[in-house]
Amino acid sequence: MAYSDKVIDHYANPKNVGTLDKSKNNVGTGLVGAPECGDVMRLQIEVDEVSGVIRDAKFKTFGCGSAIASSSLATEWLKGKTVDQAMAIDNMDIVEELNLPPVKIHCSVLAEDAIKAAINDYRVKNGLPELVEEKKAH
Amino acid sequence: MELNLPIYLDNNATTPMDPRVLDAMIPYFTEKFGNAASRNHSFGWVAEEAVDYAREQVAKLIGADPKEIIFTSGATEADNLAIKGIYEMYASKGDHIITCTTEHKAVLDTCKHIETIGGHVTYLPVQADGLVDLADLEKAITPKTILIAIMYGNNETGVIQPIREISQIARKHGVLFFTDGTQAVGKVPVDVNADGIDLMAFSAHKMYGPKGVGALYVRRKNPRVKVTSQMDGGGHERGMRSGTLNVPAIVGFGKACELCMNEMEAESKRLSKLRDKLEQGLLVLEEAYVNGTPEHRLPHTANISFKYVEGEGLMMGFNKNIALSSGSACTSASLEPSYVLKALGLGDDLAHSSLRFGLGRFTTEEQVDYTIAAVKETVLKLREMSPLWEMFQEGIDLDKIEWAHH
Repeated sequence: MAYSDKVIDHYANPKNVGTLDKSKNNVGTGLVGAPECGDVMRLQIEVDEVSGVIRDAKFKTFGCGSAIASSSLATEWLKGKTVDQAMAIDNMDIVEELNLPPVKIHCSVLAEDAIKAAINDYRVKNGLPELVEEKKAH
Repeated sequence: MELNLPIYLDNNATTPMDPRVLDAMIPYFTEKFGNAASRNHSFGWVAEEAVDYAREQVAKLIGADPKEIIFTSGATEADNLAIKGIYEMYASKGDHIITCTTEHKAVLDTCKHIETIGGHVTYLPVQADGLVDLADLEKAITPKTILIAIMYGNNETGVIQPIREISQIARKHGVLFFTDGTQAVGKVPVDVNADGIDLMAFSAHKMYGPKGVGALYVRRKNPRVKVTSQMDGGGHERGMRSGTLNVPAIVGFGKACELCMNEMEAESKRLSKLRDKLEQGLLVLEEAYVNGTPEHRLPHTANISFKYVEGEGLMMGFNKNIALSSGSACTSASLEPSYVLKALGLGDDLAHSSLRFGLGRFTTEEQVDYTIAAVKETVLKLREMSPLWEMFQEGIDLDKIEWAHH
């Protein structure tokens, strides 16, 4: 199975690898997946309190190249979006952008889950109710 | 010596054919094309002579008599013929087979098939070092047991089972002993008499011969063993495996065996030295572990888990230049990591983090040095982006986290 050029590029030059201060109120952290399943993603967003715009996003991922690329791409897309806009990111957008084969779709689902988990963490921290969405099949 | 790229370190999957083997084969595709079963003309005689000679070369490598070699299409067919053939032939004696959980799928799935047709199979677990427990083995034997099927050397870990001890137990209880010798034959000395083997499957393409040909060794004396054929037809191979012989491939198989016979001693020393160098070079990394006992191992195989990085992601860092394989299942649709590593008691996380290095005849020291550097660099790079590594560094116990399993 050959990887798409975009996956290779994200793998070789991942964007926004790192850690944000999770104790801060305007930082939301999502940790999804499991080591036994072969992928764990941690995605963090830092939200501008005034504008509600995501001003920074970071990730760390344990997983295959497609998982790393999906999370790297997600952080790129998150920056500059409002939290509501971020909530609308769909895993199939990631599949399309990275040209993921069917066996790798679960990587994109995991990235979407990580985005939503980070947003919910941010919401809960700021006294907002968690947004519940139907779980997608992995 | 200059470095040749890409580097092939997946010799447990298949080996490149030795050019000397190809040279031996070539005439048998064109001018010497006869059917070895054609008894009435020179084309047939030439082919038959070539097969006879190859049969001697193959037999010699394992200390067998040429009449004890049944040519097949490969080790999978030989595994099937041995297990199904014994099950059918010895049905009046019993219906119980003992095998172990780290066997190749060609053995495990054949045993599963036996169960679907009414047979009984015991799948022995292995210990953390990958070896079967001999006391467990002996305890599993019942009056209905007809066959013990335990592999010689494991394809993923390289662990070599205590073959002589197993065969002694089998003998003591009057049970036949079959071993899948695919990874071991040609790499380490295998002698069917000294080792007490009654049946053994092996294959040419794991020892620098062509794909599509293998053999089943079937003992003819002390005891005389017979298998029911699984392929019926012209009665080739003493009635145990019908089908026109693949003469060029058999010639190549013979040549490959002869080369292994002549070069094994020096080659296994060279490879184990290179393997140890590779292993030592990689074990300087923190949280890197060898899977399977280092004491009883094939000389060319190393299986190492690099904790907190995932195997497929790891391979992607260097797969343009280095070909090897991983116990991670990310490449397969099942998402299940290696059952062999899990049988050794590794958690799924460590199985996902494993790489298998299979060195071979054409592996050079320069390639090993390059591999050490490339793998190390990628492990360090991926750990920098691994949330698990960060948690480990912070002293967080990953087992205590409630992961969202998907």
